[in-house]
Amino acid sequence: MSDTLLEVKGLATEFKHGKKNWISAVSDVSFEVRPGEIVGLVGESGCGKSVTSLSVMRLHRKDTTRISGDIIFEGKHLLELSDRDMQAIRGNEISMIFQEPMSALDPIMRIGDQLAEALTLHTDLSKKEVHERSVEVLRQVGIPEPEMTLRNYPHELSGGMCQRVMIAMAMSCEPRLLIADEPTTALDVTIQAQILALMEKIRRENNTGILLITHDLGVVAETCSRVIVMYAGHVVEEAPVDELFKHPQHPYTQGLIASVPRLGERLRRLPSIPGSVPDLAAMPDGCRFAPRCRYAQERCRCNDPVLHEVSPDHTSACLLSEQEREEVAHA
Amino acid sequence: MSETTTSQTASAEALPKAQNPAKQFIKKFTQRKSAVAGLAFIIFILIIAVIGPSITPYNPNAYDYNALLAGPSPQHIWGTDEFGRDVFSRILAGAQLSLGTALTASVIGTAAGVVLGLIAGFFGGIVDSFIMRVCDVMFAFPGILLAIAIVAIIGPGITNVMIGVAVFTVPSFARIIRGAVLEVKSELYVEVAQSIGCSRLRTMFVHVFPGTLQALIVNFSMNVGGAILSASSLSFLGFGASVTQAEWGAILSQGRNYLATAPHLVFFPGLVIFLTVLAFNLFGDGLRDTLDPKLN
Amino acid sequence: MPETAENRASAAERPLVSVKHLSKRFPVSKNFFGRPTKFVYAVNDVSFDIMPGETFSIVGESGCGKSTTSRLINRLIAPDEGEIWFDGTDISKLSAKEVQPLRAKMQMVFQDPYGSLNPRMKVQDLIAEPLLVHTKMSAGERLKRALDLLEVVGLSRAYGERYPHEFSGGQRQRIGIARALSVNPKLIIADEPVSALDVSIQAQVLNLLRDLQEEYNLTYLFISHDLAVVEMISDVVAVMYLGHIVEIAPNEELYGNPRHPYTQALLSAVPVPDPDLKKEHVLLEGDLPSPSNIPSGCPFHTRCPLATEKCSHEQPPVTMVGERHMVQCHYPDKSIA
Repeated sequence: MSDTLLEVKGLATEFKHGKKNWISAVSDVSFEVRPGEIVGLVGESGCGKSVTSLSVMRLHRKDTTRISGDIIFEGKHLLELSDRDMQAIRGNEISMIFQEPMSALDPIMRIGDQLAEALTLHTDLSKKEVHERSVEVLRQVGIPEPEMTLRNYPHELSGGMCQRVMIAMAMSCEPRLLIADEPTTALDVTIQAQILALMEKIRRENNTGILLITHDLGVVAETCSRVIVMYAGHVVEEAPVDELFKHPQHPYTQGLIASVPRLGERLRRLPSIPGSVPDLAAMPDGCRFAPRCRYAQERCRCNDPVLHEVSPDHTSACLLSEQEREEVAHA
Repeated sequence: MSETTTSQTASAEALPKAQNPAKQFIKKFTQRKSAVAGLAFIIFILIIAVIGPSITPYNPNAYDYNALLAGPSPQHIWGTDEFGRDVFSRILAGAQLSLGTALTASVIGTAAGVVLGLIAGFFGGIVDSFIMRVCDVMFAFPGILLAIAIVAIIGPGITNVMIGVAVFTVPSFARIIRGAVLEVKSELYVEVAQSIGCSRLRTMFVHVFPGTLQALIVNFSMNVGGAILSASSLSFLGFGASVTQAEWGAILSQGRNYLATAPHLVFFPGLVIFLTVLAFNLFGDGLRDTLDPKLN
Repeated sequence: MPETAENRASAAERPLVSVKHLSKRFPVSKNFFGRPTKFVYAVNDVSFDIMPGETFSIVGESGCGKSTTSRLINRLIAPDEGEIWFDGTDISKLSAKEVQPLRAKMQMVFQDPYGSLNPRMKVQDLIAEPLLVHTKMSAGERLKRALDLLEVVGLSRAYGERYPHEFSGGQRQRIGIARALSVNPKLIIADEPVSALDVSIQAQVLNLLRDLQEEYNLTYLFISHDLAVVEMISDVVAVMYLGHIVEIAPNEELYGNPRHPYTQALLSAVPVPDPDLKKEHVLLEGDLPSPSNIPSGCPFHTRCPLATEKCSHEQPPVTMVGERHMVQCHYPDKSIA
């Protein structure tokens, strides 16, 4: 077995649009996640980051979505598995946590029953062992009184507690891969800090690979080791986290990093990216970022960019080289 | 800050071409085949209601003692009744009365219901409780029974049938509109209207009421189907149109005595009532599906 | 810094808004007779001043009462106790009808760019609505002003005929801002105006707010949960926790020298988009207590790393530790780091 946990190659997901048309939500997305690393998938709304994660989990509607490419998890081609086999992997070897902890839990089921559901589905533990395991995972995620919490309903817990329960559920079967889709976006900063610390602990102790989907560059900088930046359904840049923040190569990444206000910086004006994200149904030709890009040239509007290595381990999909961009900036 | 150019950045992006809401609506609606069929039938029946009396092959009230209870034949395609009147002509001529009754009753009932619903929903409190409790009481009766009771009190006749049907339309519309008002009232833009400084009246008529129109239109079209059925039922039970009047329910009612010997007397008016009600319901369903953003 | 609050404030000494001991509670459950039995204490004894021309921000976590405070000042809701002085008059006890004309001087920008625009109205009518309500302008004058405002906020005049659903979130927020500007208000209350927007769009809107303030000498009351955004836009910042203001200070003071342990913890929890600065967060224990059951004494004592016996009994005093720097803590000289 290689040291890759999840490998996504040339993933393309399309949605049905009207009667016969299909529009592409993401295309040509490739990346990998190794055990014990946190990979950040970053981008703004509509960039396809959530579609990518749902495609990996195969949690899409069959009648209106089609997926092509390869998704290889520990040597298994997920897209070729039967629904039954996929079911056995989901929640067991790959788990997912969602943005809205409150709505991701069943409101009329006790926390204990929801936790037990996943455990009885994927393991052959006895009732007593299931209970013990539930208490244990709740304790692991920092819930002070696990015995009592097991008897609670979701609405009796706060948002931060619900997210802990979600993580406990996701972790209960000790998955090899955890997909976290904006796990802290709905939470307050002080709670966010607790949850991020918890995810880091899980990674360290269980050697779990984590794919962290987020729009928050601060979260990325603090937790991830590698970052994939998506824009309008394409991966535009991938690099180790230090490299990405120090030498962002794609103009979109540069703009994104610059437009985040930082504590202590106290700028009167923020650099911003003009315009807004193009509509899925009306993607511009060539580089999809070209209409908003200050460096855009004629060829950017007609040639499709491809990811290429700009330095070891660092790929970017900008058609211009760093030098060419500098020339444009000075011209 | 030296250059305070406020109109910076922003619209390097062009908006997609302006969409005409009416055109979009038509495009979406026409994708729903059953709704289009319903609409086509409604239009057809409405045309019949207008020109029906003048295109009947026979005088709908002329007796023909040579053809009593005759079955469908080339002369009388839908047969004749016990007085030898041509059923097809009577149904053509009766469209006006049947549809007219149902539509008038629906319009009156809906208007009253909307006013009550708006008041209840917008003002809330005691007014709301009072209106809704009265509606609850009326809901406790099966609709048709209520209409029968009303007609029994004020006497039979087509006008009184209209009143009866209208009255039992009121509470359901009051409830629907009140619900819609409460829903729209909780929209942020209604609070925004308040923060801008709009008066209560302006808020109610400019911001809240248009939001309830969709529920109103959809339920109205469905209600017409029900009203046709109710008006026909009342006539069938002998509370509405007299036997001499050509009205669908009355024709059906007459025919029931000859069910064994002349089933066409029941079959054809029944079929027409069934198709018309179905058409209104399909049309209403289609409207709802088209207008409801959640179903798109 | 030539254009700070102090500078502008000295020109006009009277605060534009002055809030004194403001409190608001909402009933959450009622007994059989309709009498409320349990309350959410949303705003508790809150006092602060907003000087003309400055940006005053209230920052805090969800449920801390910052939005309720903004709605009280706009008088969308009525306070239970306390005074709200706006432009020289106490508006806290005015009736709904008396409040209406006041809105010509005080407009709001809302968080949700999708919900705050009536989907059935054209953009030009949306922007002109406050003019229709508050001025005697003719329809033509209103239209001209609305289209002018579209340009001011960076949109094309041609978009006046469009409906809101055709615009993106950032563009809608611009439309909301244009509407708020239409009557030349003195105060704009912006309730989380950028939190529903993507980062790159958020920067555009923040820059726009800043430019408009300089051009029209506006006063902002800015509500946000994002400390970095607040730092960028504010002159003075108030930190709220469970309905109490625990600290108020000029921007540089608050971020450079935070005195309340909660402010310190908040600042410490913000993730920084710079991998070199992986900082050690001071993690607060536990969750926010419910606002229907606020702890006695200092509301923060249940989570405060510095809390002592005293904190759980005695409400901390209001202490002034510098120019416009207020802190409500028994130990304003201790630090949690």
